[in-house]
Order: sequence, then structure tokens, then C-alpha cells
Amino acid sequence: MSEGKRMDGRDFHDIRPIEMKVGVLKNANGSALVSLGKTRALAAVYGPRELHPKHLQNNERAVLNCIYTMAPFSTSDRVRPGPNRRSTEISKVTRECLEPALFLEDFPRTVIDVYIVIIQANAGTRTAGINAASLALADAGIQMRDLVTSVAAGKLNGHYALDLMGKEEEETDCDLPIAYMPRLKKLTLMQMDGNMPPADVKGVINLAIKGCEKLYDLQRKALLERWSKEVLE
Amino acid sequence: MNVQKQYIFSLVSNKKRMDNRSLDEFRKVVVENNPIEQAEGSATVTMGDTKVLVGVKLAVGTPFPDTPNEGVLMVGAELSPMAHPDFETGPPGEIAIELARIVDRGIRESHAIDTEKLCIKKGEKVWMVFVDIQPLNHAGNLIDASGLAAIAALINTRMPKLDEDGKIIYEEKTSESLPLKDVPIPITLAKINGHLVVDPDVEEEDAMSCRITISTNSEGNVCAIQKGGSSDLSMEEFEKAMELSLRKGKELRKHLKHHSIKE
Amino acid sequence: MNEDMENDENFEKKDKTVVLPGDSIIESMEYLPGRNCFREGNSIISKRLGLAHFKGHVIEVVPLSGMYVPEVGDMVIGEVAEVQHAGWVIDINSPYQAFLPLSGVAEFIDPAKTDMAKIYRKGDVIYGKILLVSPAKSIHISMQAPKTRKFTGGRILSISPVKVPRLIGKQGSMINLIKDKTGCMISVGQNGLIWLQGENEELAANAINEIEKKSHVEGLTDHIEKMLSRK
Repeated sequence: MSEGKRMDGRDFHDIRPIEMKVGVLKNANGSALVSLGKTRALAAVYGPRELHPKHLQNNERAVLNCIYTMAPFSTSDRVRPGPNRRSTEISKVTRECLEPALFLEDFPRTVIDVYIVIIQANAGTRTAGINAASLALADAGIQMRDLVTSVAAGKLNGHYALDLMGKEEEETDCDLPIAYMPRLKKLTLMQMDGNMPPADVKGVINLAIKGCEKLYDLQRKALLERWSKEVLE
Repeated sequence: MNVQKQYIFSLVSNKKRMDNRSLDEFRKVVVENNPIEQAEGSATVTMGDTKVLVGVKLAVGTPFPDTPNEGVLMVGAELSPMAHPDFETGPPGEIAIELARIVDRGIRESHAIDTEKLCIKKGEKVWMVFVDIQPLNHAGNLIDASGLAAIAALINTRMPKLDEDGKIIYEEKTSESLPLKDVPIPITLAKINGHLVVDPDVEEEDAMSCRITISTNSEGNVCAIQKGGSSDLSMEEFEKAMELSLRKGKELRKHLKHHSIKE
Repeated sequence: MNEDMENDENFEKKDKTVVLPGDSIIESMEYLPGRNCFREGNSIISKRLGLAHFKGHVIEVVPLSGMYVPEVGDMVIGEVAEVQHAGWVIDINSPYQAFLPLSGVAEFIDPAKTDMAKIYRKGDVIYGKILLVSPAKSIHISMQAPKTRKFTGGRILSISPVKVPRLIGKQGSMINLIKDKTGCMISVGQNGLIWLQGENEELAANAINEIEKKSHVEGLTDHIEKMLSRK
């Protein structure tokens, strides 16, 4: 890795090549596919729909159910299918980062199911999943205060770096994924692995927020592309 | 829906279907090769609106004691709730397990994979081939779509490099294909109101009384059979099913390229 | 005067455009937030993906996708999901299942003496009227209103519920066009399910699918009329 560039030739403030496509699955009420470089996440939303068993229903609002899984063939070493501790934690923080953006009060006693499947993994899987989930929720017509965007940032060779890829995760001083509501300017997910002074933490987060703003533009573009076609046809 | 079932029954009696297909016609089939570049092999098959993604991963492991010089094949399927509103999260239920085992049977019994060529060191080290089936959208006939995607993914599989210690370098694929000598294809027939129907969609699956899946190989031999559903089948119906599965298997095989496929 | 002109500009810009959740449709205290909108400070903000629609001083967002939300008076097509002792649970393709109570059925029924399944059994498809939507979103259906019935024969089609108004047309103009040209009996549920039966079922089904696909196209009625006349 040379001074000014990263392993894949990117600048430190560049996100990997991004692709976003909305409405990719027929049965789901809403769906999206998001690629961050080689990482690819598919999200499907069903709901709001009736929640069974009844005792899990919340009389005041909809329940958000979020399940993150990795396809066994998504990683170099095959992942055994089924939930594990990592996927359980990611499912939880994903749910908690999407909830603040949703008008759950509008649909008491129901459930909104969000399913995220990582079909190819090269770091940043939870962030790709969150971007896809937010698109899928909007695609499904769910009432939302704002979209949710997500990206991870770190510090490589003294530089704050955006969207770490696989190999960079070993080199970075920290791995800090965030989720961000761009209109409301609020953070809904924050996690960090690393060892850094607070000033650096601030620097990394601010870079991640800039990255989220860029992703927001792309999310908007993807949604408008899918739905303007419907209207103009 | 009773109304819809009745409607399908009466259509089928007149040799018709809701989307105007004939009883022995497939929906539009598209095979996409290697959508997942990081996997050793992969394929997506769409049959109408049904969409199945299969990925193949290779690993090095110990052989089974009774087959010390043969590689190992494992086929799994997970019916993700993203594919259909009725699918639930949780470990694979009987439908997912049956699906995986039907696809497995066709590949295993036809000896499609030359497992002896997957031996690295007899009794100690062999290649393990993991085929993982991931339906993305269920609009009927997951079995045939999964079976076709599985064999397409195996055809696309390239062996990864091994380093001096015998560890896999996943980032470096060789140009060596997985040793494959046959292309088995499962074809499922749904019995609806006494008629056999090819490539049933979701509503036809609701209306069917039973189904029979027959896997055939490039030679034209039957290598696996699975009857599903609780109704019965006559010998005559079975013979018709066999003829259909041979014919339709040949048709689907045209979507793939392999030396074993005869023109 | 200037403020009004500025608003008119915005009006033209934003009316009938696709908006996303969180989008500010207009910054003005002159307008009220209607369906699927809310006010935040000076702005009227869209709650969901849809088409911004200016109705006088009210701004609403018309959904382009999404589930059917039951409203009292709606005619819906539903499938009997469960037979219970006090009525039937009906699946109406909505976030909430509906209930058809004994009192909602035409005949007098003594539950002690009647096999409920003989009236409606699991899998039956009915055309019912939404009688009640409680604040807790309990949905009750009646089979006593005119036009309600249990369907036998025919077939069911499904379209996105947001396209139903287009299928029906102004004062039924579109649906009546299809009925006349195909001679089919057609019942449309506000929840996106449609039942039809008749000689030219296929033609009617094709027309309905075409309307769903091209619902926002201008001159759709003429296009459908041509399609049905070609036969």
C-alpha cells in the first residue's frame, strides 16, 4: 500500500464501487440488492402483516423483526448455515438502527419482517445489509421518517479511511460501522473495534457520516429510478 | 382458494393452464453463470418467477472411513423467508431437507462427480464439495430450478489453488474444472385432476394431489425418483412421467455446456 | 402576492411527482398535511414512497405500493382462513385479518345446532363488506350488505391494491367497459383481489393485467377499448 492510495487503488475517502437496485424480488413487498465492492447484500421486506403468536403482539405499535444471515457460499471459508452469535448480534443492532426511522405506531399488533441475506462477503456486510434493508422498507411503502444509510470507517496508515474492504480490516487501527438518518442527522448504529484516542474516533465518525451522505444520494436515485418508471411508462 | 383450485382443475381437463402454457411446457428458463465470483462455482436459475441461487464451496477434509479415496459431496438447502410469505425462519424443515436430498440423490447416483479424482491423499485428505441451495423467490417448482442451478454451479466450479502446506488459497482459482462426468437433471410432474403437469407454478402446486420427481442423466438413464404428496399414482401415470422427465430433462440440459451432453 | 407566486411554483414542481419517505414536499404554513404526510416545523414531509398530490390546501401522498388498509364500507374479496365457533377468520390480504361474526351472516344461526363449516368452510372465497374498523384495528366483515356473496366457479386475479381505483375508473367507467366488451361477471375487491367468470374470461384477465401494468399512462381507457375490440 503506497502513501496516497489503498490496496485497490482507492483514495482514503472513497467508497468501493456501489450498485443499488430496488424491487429485485417478486414475492416480497419490498426488496433491494446493494453491492459495496465485492460485498453484496439482498434484503426483502414483508409487512406489515399479522403477527403470530398473539402474545408477541404489541398493542401500540408494529414489531420490527430483522434477521441477518450469510449464505454459506458467501465467504472464502464456507459459513455453516444457521444463526450464530455474530449473525444474532448483527440482527439485533440492525433492527435497532432501523426502528427509529419507522412509524411503527401506524400499525399496532403487526410485524414488519426484514430479511437480509449476504450473498457475497468482503467486509462491510452489515453496512451493505442496512442500506439494502432501508431501500426495501421504502420500496414496500412502509411509513418512514427518513431513510437509513450505513458505512464503516477506520484508520489506515495514519489516514482516516472510508469503507474498509476485507484485507484492510487486518491493517486498520479501528473498524467503526455507523448507521445514519441523513435528513434528521442522527446516528442509529455505532460499533467500534479498535484502540484510538477520542479525537481520532471523532474524525473517523465524521468521515463515516460524509460517506453516509453520499450513499443517501445513491439510495434516492435507486428508488426514484425504480418508481419513476412506473409512473412515466 | 377453492375457487382457484376448481378453476385450475377445469382448465387442466381441457389441457389448458392459467398462463396459456401446454401441460408439458416449461416457463421461461434462464441460467446465469457465476453470479458469485467469490464462490468456487455458482449459478442462478429463473423458471418464470421462481429464482434459485446455488453456490459451490470447496474445502479440504478427511474422507469417510468406508470410502478412503473418494471426495465428499454435501448438498444443503435453506428456504429463506425472503422467498415466500409463508416461509418461516428456523432450521431447515422437512421441505427444505427433502429438496436438498432430492437434488443430492440425482448428482450422487449418477456419479456425476468423479469422486476418486477428488482424492488428495488416500485415507487422509480429500476435497469436500459443498453445494448450497438458496431459493430467492418461490413461484413454484423449486426442485427443478434448484436441481438445474446445482448442476450448472458444479459445471462452473473451478478448483482453487493449494499452497505447499496443502491449505487452500481461495483467492486464486485454477482453470481446472471440478471433475464432472455427467449432467443429471430432475424433472417434477404435478398430478392435477388426473393429469400430469410439467413445471407447476405456486397455484398449481396448491391444486396438485401429488408430485413425482425423476432425475435423468445425459445417457438417458433414470438415476433418482421421489414421489411427494399423499395421493396415489398408477403405473401408467408413472410411465408417462418417466417419458416426460427424459424429454424435458434433455430440453433443460440445452441451457448448459458440458462434454457429456450429447447433441 | 409574492409568497403566493412562489408557492405556485413549488406547487407545479412537486404535485404529481414521486416522493420518498422523509422528503420535504413543500415549505409553507399555507398547506395542511393529509394522508401519509406530517408537518415538521415549516415543512410538510412525506411519510412514504408515493405520488405527491395537492388537493386544495391539503397535501397527501398517494401510495405507489403497499398493503391494503381496510376502510369501512369497502367491498373486499377474502378467503376463509379459519372456522371458529363465533364466526370465521377471513384473510383479506391486509396487515390485519378480518373477522366475519355470526351476526354478519344473512340467516339466523344457532351455533349449537349448526355446523359452521356448512355455511363457509376453509378455502371458500367471499365478497364481503367492511363493517367495522376499530381503533385497535379489529376488522369486521358483513355478508348482509347487497352484492355480498360466496363465489363458486370463475377465477381469482390479484393486482396491487393501489391500482384498484384505476381499474374501476371514474364512476365505474373502466370496469364497466371490460364487463360490456367481454360479457363477464366481474367483482372487484378494494384489497386488490378480483373475481371473474364468463365466456371471455381470458380477454378480461388480459385487460385487467394490462391496466395494472399501465395504470399511469394517459389515454388508458382508449387503449383498453381498442384491446378489447380487437378480440
